[in-house]
Amino acid sequence: MIEAIRVEGLVKRYPGLGGKDVLAVDGIDFTVPRGQTVALLGGNGAGKTTTIAMLLGLLLPTAGRISCLGHDMAHDRFAALARMNFSSPYVALPHRLTVAQNFRVYGHLYGVPRIDRRIAELAEAFDLKALLDRKSGELSAGQKTRVALAKALVNRPELLLLDEPTASLDPDTADQLRGWLERYRAETGASILLASHNMAEVERLCSDVLMMKQGRIVDRGPPGALIAKYGRLNLEEVFLDIARGTGEARRLAAE
Amino acid sequence: MSAAAMGSPGRRIWAMVYRHLCLYRGSWPRALELMYWPVLQMLIWAFVTRYTGQFQGALAIAAGSLIGAVLLWETALRSQMGFTISFLEELWSRNLGNLFVSPIRPWELVASLMVMSIARAAIGVGTAALLAWLMAAFDITSLGLPLVPFLLNLMVFGWAIALMVTAMILRHGAGAESLAWSVLFGLAPLSAVFYPVSVLPAWLQPVALALPTTHVFEGMRAVLAGSVFPAGHLAWAFGLNLLFMGAAVWIFIAIFGVARRRGLLLTVGE
Repeated sequence: MIEAIRVEGLVKRYPGLGGKDVLAVDGIDFTVPRGQTVALLGGNGAGKTTTIAMLLGLLLPTAGRISCLGHDMAHDRFAALARMNFSSPYVALPHRLTVAQNFRVYGHLYGVPRIDRRIAELAEAFDLKALLDRKSGELSAGQKTRVALAKALVNRPELLLLDEPTASLDPDTADQLRGWLERYRAETGASILLASHNMAEVERLCSDVLMMKQGRIVDRGPPGALIAKYGRLNLEEVFLDIARGTGEARRLAAE
Repeated sequence: MSAAAMGSPGRRIWAMVYRHLCLYRGSWPRALELMYWPVLQMLIWAFVTRYTGQFQGALAIAAGSLIGAVLLWETALRSQMGFTISFLEELWSRNLGNLFVSPIRPWELVASLMVMSIARAAIGVGTAALLAWLMAAFDITSLGLPLVPFLLNLMVFGWAIALMVTAMILRHGAGAESLAWSVLFGLAPLSAVFYPVSVLPAWLQPVALALPTTHVFEGMRAVLAGSVFPAGHLAWAFGLNLLFMGAAVWIFIAIFGVARRRGLLLTVGE
């Protein structure tokens, strides 16, 4: 079966000051299997956002190849984008439009059949019925995040890219949202690539983790395997080892 | 049927038009703004025309063409602003990140902006035309058949400028926003809107005649003076518009490519 995402030799180099290029992504390779949730982890500036932007076609790679759902993103990205979706707290929905109007706009953009029925399903699943006629700009941060995630599911995507999906959410809402993501993946067999700084979230949701540092994938594996490999109690400690070059990460780097 | 199979260019264009219609339905200041400036312009020029209409001779004849000139110039201006401001709405609401990762193609986004531009110009200029008829007894349809190609040329030129401005906003971000309000205004003196091109200094006339708008206004004055169909001016206007639109499309595609290479689509609203 074709992987949901296949990335080969991906490089992104930005022109920097004084003619010196900045290497944001340095020749990475990875795959996201169908029906799995994979985390892309790393500190600020590790190259996660740049990688996601290239996966979405927002950014052209300097070198390498990206395939999403079997479509080459360099030549056939719109066919893939119709079957994908994306959510991030760093982009917003038009705040003067109501929640229902925003869902309808994106339903039309993604060619969703019977939009009103789909809106009702999303409202039910994400507990948004009371918010449908409210303007998006009037919602609280937590409500906005729920609406953004519901928008990301409007086209029943086979591949979902999530950047910090629970940022700015209280623990209760964040927990509910993780539950929705787990159910969506289990019910539809969708694949999810998740960038997050919440290690407990990654341990709960992800079957595999890609650890990025300075534009490279420095380690990968299931959360449990990484925790065991680094001799730590949880993924947060593994993350800190890798980010700071301490503990097992120092020994591995020396090898 | 899969969601992807149900998508079509028409539906995606409609999605964007629907988005803007919702915006105007939910915001009366935005809806009012569509008419505010064209009506204000028309009020000023209608009173000027009333005043100059008291005199005899050339001044009275010139006054008659002023109202027509205002209405036609507003058509170019409103079509350019309607396009660019609709794009800026996406930038202001930080929605571009969602749009550019959806299946909407850049040309479909541009087409939706053109539809919004026509709608905005029709409301603004239509209201001003009604006012011109009520206040100055000027009937825009008195221009006859040439009115259609006049309006078409002005709108196409407005879109060409809007496409270039949008490209600049993609390249330079919010810092280039002011171009949306200023670029076409800057071309007004050269477009010979309120006076014949012969009034301009000799060295400036070829520059003026390189603009399609100049030929439209020369043609309008010819029609109001009782001349036959201004075929020569219209041919020049269409030809020049073809060049301007070709250049605008080329600039937009080139800068969209630059934006994708440099990651500007991620930061365009900042």
